[in-house]
Amino acid sequence: MDPVFLSRLQFAAATMFHFLFVPLTLGLSLIIAYMETKYAKTGEEVYLKMTKFWGKLFLVNFALGVVTGITLEFQFGTNWSRYSEYVGDVFGSLLAIEASVAFFLESTFIGIWIFGWKKLSAKAHATVMWLVAGAGNLSAVWILLANGFMQHPVGYTINNGRAELVDFLAVITNKHGLLEIFHVVPASLLLAAFFIMGISAYHLLKKQHVEVFHKSFRMALVVGFVCSIFVAIEGDLHGTNVSATQPAKLAAMEAHWETTKRAPIILFAIPSEEQEKNLVEIGSIPGMLSLLGYHDFNAEVKGLRDFPKDERPPVLPTFIGFRTMVGLGTLMILLTSYGFILRRNKLLESPTYLKIMMFAIPAPYIAMESGWIVAEVGRQPWIVYGLMRTSQAASPIDGIQVLISLIAFILVYGLLGAVGYYLIVKFAKKGPEPETE
Amino acid sequence: MVLQSIWFFLWGLLWAVFFITDGFDFGVGTVYPFIGKTDTERRTMLNAIGPLWDGNEVWLLTAGGVTFAAFPKVYAVMFSSLYTPLMLILFALILRGVSFEFRSKIESDAWKKVWDTCFSVGSFLPALLFGVAFANIFQGIPFDDQGLYHGNTLKLLNPYGLLGGVLFVLLFIQHGANWLAIRTDGDLQQRAISITRKNWPILVAVAVIFLIASYFATPLYDNYFKNPVLFLIILVAVIALFATRIFSAKQAWFKAWFASAVTIMGCTFFGVAGLFPNLFPSSLDKAYNLTAFNASSSPLTLKIMLTVVVIFIPVVIAYQVWAYILFKDTVTKKDLELDDAY
Repeated sequence: MDPVFLSRLQFAAATMFHFLFVPLTLGLSLIIAYMETKYAKTGEEVYLKMTKFWGKLFLVNFALGVVTGITLEFQFGTNWSRYSEYVGDVFGSLLAIEASVAFFLESTFIGIWIFGWKKLSAKAHATVMWLVAGAGNLSAVWILLANGFMQHPVGYTINNGRAELVDFLAVITNKHGLLEIFHVVPASLLLAAFFIMGISAYHLLKKQHVEVFHKSFRMALVVGFVCSIFVAIEGDLHGTNVSATQPAKLAAMEAHWETTKRAPIILFAIPSEEQEKNLVEIGSIPGMLSLLGYHDFNAEVKGLRDFPKDERPPVLPTFIGFRTMVGLGTLMILLTSYGFILRRNKLLESPTYLKIMMFAIPAPYIAMESGWIVAEVGRQPWIVYGLMRTSQAASPIDGIQVLISLIAFILVYGLLGAVGYYLIVKFAKKGPEPETE
Repeated sequence: MVLQSIWFFLWGLLWAVFFITDGFDFGVGTVYPFIGKTDTERRTMLNAIGPLWDGNEVWLLTAGGVTFAAFPKVYAVMFSSLYTPLMLILFALILRGVSFEFRSKIESDAWKKVWDTCFSVGSFLPALLFGVAFANIFQGIPFDDQGLYHGNTLKLLNPYGLLGGVLFVLLFIQHGANWLAIRTDGDLQQRAISITRKNWPILVAVAVIFLIASYFATPLYDNYFKNPVLFLIILVAVIALFATRIFSAKQAWFKAWFASAVTIMGCTFFGVAGLFPNLFPSSLDKAYNLTAFNASSSPLTLKIMLTVVVIFIPVVIAYQVWAYILFKDTVTKKDLELDDAY
């Protein structure tokens, strides 16, 4: 029972499960806050209906995001104690700041939002939602800065046998972390937009609650259109940064083995880590990888073979993850662009488009999970890039304990996920509640 | 030295605030299956803590996060040594958290029963295990200079450890019943009041046994004999414990709740003051003890974190107090009819 391997599995399972809920919380909270502000300002009933309908789905999702979030903090201590000891001076403070500055605000005000409908004025109640949304996204900022440190450690020195903070400003202005923030936060809005559009499409196809869902769809479409393009452009900047700071990850993302100038992008390949080459390659665009990585067709791109074997990330998941993310990202740009043309008055007459949008709900979910696979698997074998190896970071504990907790996580999370999505689907299909008063 | 000592105090304070705030949630959950007879009563209990429990739970994340940030080595050794009990607490908290949201979403008795069980077990278990864990920390945990744990999880359930667990459970029951006395009415309130009165003598007895047992099972009193002024902490806890019963008799529920909060604060600091400067003592050799001085972060991190905490924790307390005031009244039928009420 290798505790390192089991802990990696457990961390991957817990994090990916947590991240099924987080982006929707981040994006949807902002959109709901906007809807409720519209209601507070105009007094139009349709905005209240929208707020309450999307709010209900939001709350089920929120609950799952919150409870699975505690696991992540605990796991650094329980499963990655050597890591915690070694970089806690820098990393721990980011988590503690996240809790005291952002998570408190979000968790306290969500309670006020749920139970405060009759106790607060419409404007105050909408403001509470803005606080929830702002705090949630601020949480993401701190967590992504913490991840930014793992990807590209800055602002520390090795002292007393551990990484000690010397420059806090460098840590919170870490370019890698900032690029992650501007990638993940708009991507979350994009995910929420697809969630809204997909569910709205379901009702529009059935021609029910048309006013609520037509408005919701068009609102989400604007958000989705803008964010899909922004995420792609920002992703390009992110890519150039990765090629500068984590060249091995770039090479793995593209299954690029030989160091060459005018490096090509291969559309599809089956990489073999043993033979240090691609067994199959289909479709190659010369110079594209050089262009993407360094914004220069002729730039030299270092191949995997020129990295020591023990400094190469697993190639296949990184390669496939990157393709999935970019492919789905492109698809989402096309879908939202087409919708943007239809949006004025043709949406309701385009059932095929609505049907496609209904089935497109998983697209941003898969794209975001894939993105994290690229980021985290592509960083291996390092837990903190260039500073600490994942193999040195696990707790000195018995593997059997980890095995038991891993099985428990799979069972409990599987159950919660099933119940959570059952409820979300149930309320999504049910549509807005008729007014009780 | 000063900075590290301040952080030791803050570390204890954050744990104490977590025990006070989420403590009454745990207490409500523990008595939930016994005094909530009807569905309406059970929903009233859930909604009595409904707007507050989530914000309360963040004190745990902050206490954990601050342990990580200010004493990374303690965080590492404590969390990995106590792997199994912490995982149990974690699963309990997860199931408790979702049961609020899930329970009233489907009208089915079997469905509600599942989440009722998750809610009550998910409240009782953390109360018990935090008590067991802290009592074991007071005694010392078998880990070596490499942070390697040499114990057995079942040994955490030694008599003194269990005594600590029982004490926590009884404290939280008292505290939770006081909260229910504030926010409920009718039969449910009467049952909650009767719990505050029946639980109290048992709590007093266990607290006395715990104070005596601590003398024999732990080195906590060493600090007290060195600085007798510390005995004031015990005095405050005892006065607050009696005050909560007196206020209960006078039907001053909020004061009774405040007094039980002070009791919990006093009990936590009884341990924290006795531990100083140890955060996580080793039972194998005193030389392995993790203290505020040998396990802390760098002075820069401690200073930055202190700035953050000094600015933001008062802000947090301010808006949480506002939330408490907003939701201090009796839970009414109207509250239960809210779309998203639990």
